[in-house]
Amino acid sequence: MQSARPSRNDRAGTMRFNGHPMSTEQPPDFASASSTQSSNGALLELHGISKRFGPVRALTSVNLKIPAGRVTALVGDNGAGKSSLIKTVSGLWAPDGGEIAWEGSPVTLHGPRDAEALGITTIYQDLALCDNLDIVQNMFLGHEPLRHRTLDEGTMELKARETLTSLNVTTVRSVRQPVASLSGGQRQSVAVAKAVMSQAKLVIMDEPTAALGVAQTTMVLDLIKTLSKRGVAVLLISHNLNDVFEVADQICTLYLGQMVVCGPASDFDRQSLVEYMTTGRAGRHAEAGAA
Amino acid sequence: MADSTQTQTGEGAAGPDPVSAGADGLAPEAESDLDLAEVAPELLADSLGEYFRAWGRRIRNGESGALPIIVGLIVIVIFFQIEQSQFLTSGNLVNLFVQAATFILFGAAEVWVLILSEIDLSVGYVAAVAAFVMVELVSAPVAVPWWLAIVGGLVVCAAIGGLQGTLITRLGLPSFIVTLGGLLGFEGVMLELANIDKTAVGGVITIPNNNTIYNIVNTNMSPTLGWIALVVVLAIFAAVMVMGAASRRRRGLTAPPLSVTLLKIVLTAIGGFALVFICNRNRGLLTTLEGVPWVVPVVLIIIMIYSFFLGRTRAGRYIYAIGANPEAARRAGINVARIRTLGFIMCSVTAGLAGLVYASRQGSMSTDIDGGNLVLFGVAAAVIGGTSLFGGKGKPLHALLGGVVIAAVFNGLGLMGISTAGQDIATAIVLIVAVTLDSLVRRRATAR
Repeated sequence: MQSARPSRNDRAGTMRFNGHPMSTEQPPDFASASSTQSSNGALLELHGISKRFGPVRALTSVNLKIPAGRVTALVGDNGAGKSSLIKTVSGLWAPDGGEIAWEGSPVTLHGPRDAEALGITTIYQDLALCDNLDIVQNMFLGHEPLRHRTLDEGTMELKARETLTSLNVTTVRSVRQPVASLSGGQRQSVAVAKAVMSQAKLVIMDEPTAALGVAQTTMVLDLIKTLSKRGVAVLLISHNLNDVFEVADQICTLYLGQMVVCGPASDFDRQSLVEYMTTGRAGRHAEAGAA
Repeated sequence: MADSTQTQTGEGAAGPDPVSAGADGLAPEAESDLDLAEVAPELLADSLGEYFRAWGRRIRNGESGALPIIVGLIVIVIFFQIEQSQFLTSGNLVNLFVQAATFILFGAAEVWVLILSEIDLSVGYVAAVAAFVMVELVSAPVAVPWWLAIVGGLVVCAAIGGLQGTLITRLGLPSFIVTLGGLLGFEGVMLELANIDKTAVGGVITIPNNNTIYNIVNTNMSPTLGWIALVVVLAIFAAVMVMGAASRRRRGLTAPPLSVTLLKIVLTAIGGFALVFICNRNRGLLTTLEGVPWVVPVVLIIIMIYSFFLGRTRAGRYIYAIGANPEAARRAGINVARIRTLGFIMCSVTAGLAGLVYASRQGSMSTDIDGGNLVLFGVAAAVIGGTSLFGGKGKPLHALLGGVVIAAVFNGLGLMGISTAGQDIATAIVLIVAVTLDSLVRRRATAR
């Protein structure tokens, strides 16, 4: 796996940080590491992203590399900076320091529209669906095709159905069902289908399984796998380690605003991951396993 | 969900297949029933029988649609007919339609903002301002053509709506407060308008005789024209319905079965024939008085245009989206402030049309107009008809149904010789009963 080597670099770097949490200086080896990373063809790369709110450091020199067509899980305890990180990536606010590279070239995101134009779609926990509209209407909201200057319902319905079928979403009875009548998993599917239809290359999902039952969770996880098979990169934010281990190719852990570890999912087990999430470092067992 | 997956895997998301899913032993009956209840019956049914079954299921589960209001209207009509035998005479019914026109238009005005989860308390006096502008424009010394006067009044309304809408959306002020200010302020503006005009004696301006503005309510289509208009409208309606459904079916889209389409056309035709028949009977006592009052087609056309705009255009779709979830609309790239302002502009413009009909019916415009009451009747018409006060749900058609109910109550109680005080109390009771019924039915839906 090509991500193995640079991610170990990451870990070495961030672990050192961990020893000096007040240091804001960027170690020089990061610059060199990043240049090798971009040649690896990562879809999105973050270098030394920092964000602070007055005295509070939400993010401290965070590095992250998201490869295309892979599922990257971002884990961390409450307040670790997961939300701050995705808000930075989705363009909701500008970072105080560091740079963002999209497909190898540096970009500045001035707003969610910029991120969307690049192909970054964020699915927040609330899903941003309108309960009174049906599935088709929700999927095309803001981008409705017109015919004779009126809504082209036929084209919308066919495209929506096609997209849902291609994502193996087969449980909805009718695409003309109002979203209010859908289960949590189905609503999640509609939000994902909306992202797919907008030609997203990176889909960020914030706790997609948080409020779901077992069957629904399976449905959403299958959806994530389907997405990555289609070549879409997924950044999954989750508390649920079962989910993370089931779908993630790469796992990154934030601890108090710092990226403490980032590596292939096979490098971790539950125990080591929990240790990283809760203490920012791994015990002996995990060190051995990861090395 | 897992069990419905099994029943549907073959069809994918494509085919709504309620029968096999509903009858399927794996799906718990109650759950699938609730699930289906949310779906419009025409999406589930392949035949007329199934359509009625799906419809019944929906009603049992609280998605009653327009049914309670229609049943309520029938009950009201039967009650008044028993009390006063002249209630169902053509003369009285035509009178009722004309009475209803004002309520319907005020209701249609409120529908625009109620869908957005807002309210506009100023419509009564905005209508009054518009009516004064129109009447003063057609009277001496200005005396412009009637259509220019109407356009002038509506432009004033659009400006008022734009002003109130901008304050509400750009400054984030609550619509209740801004339009409460409008309720007070535009009464003052109306009084000033009446003061300025030297021809207004005691705050009353009379519309010149035989002016079109006067004729809208007070003259009728010829009976022949009424029948021709009905046949043309029905033919177009039937063609659009049948051909639309057929083309959707050809493309493999969800479409109601042919029998349902035909049933809708037949019911519409019966309603239309009844309306024209009632209006075309001679209702004059000494002279011949027959034909559909012009205000009836005018109101119906306005409701049709509004329904088209809300149902078939992007801006209309966005109004519903913002009413349910403004944040989702914003993230979808919709200019929320602009669409909400548009809603307030349309509300005020519709109020202007209501003012036009009001003045036309009076034959004059007077500062005695009770704009405060008219607002409340507008909101009541919209809500009785089925528009939600919580946003996201509502149709111009609701204002039509609610307006007819309110007019029927006033008309019937008036025939029975009950005082204005009694009429107000009775209308209040009807409003509360309608909303209570609706809320009970809906609670049943959410409790399941």
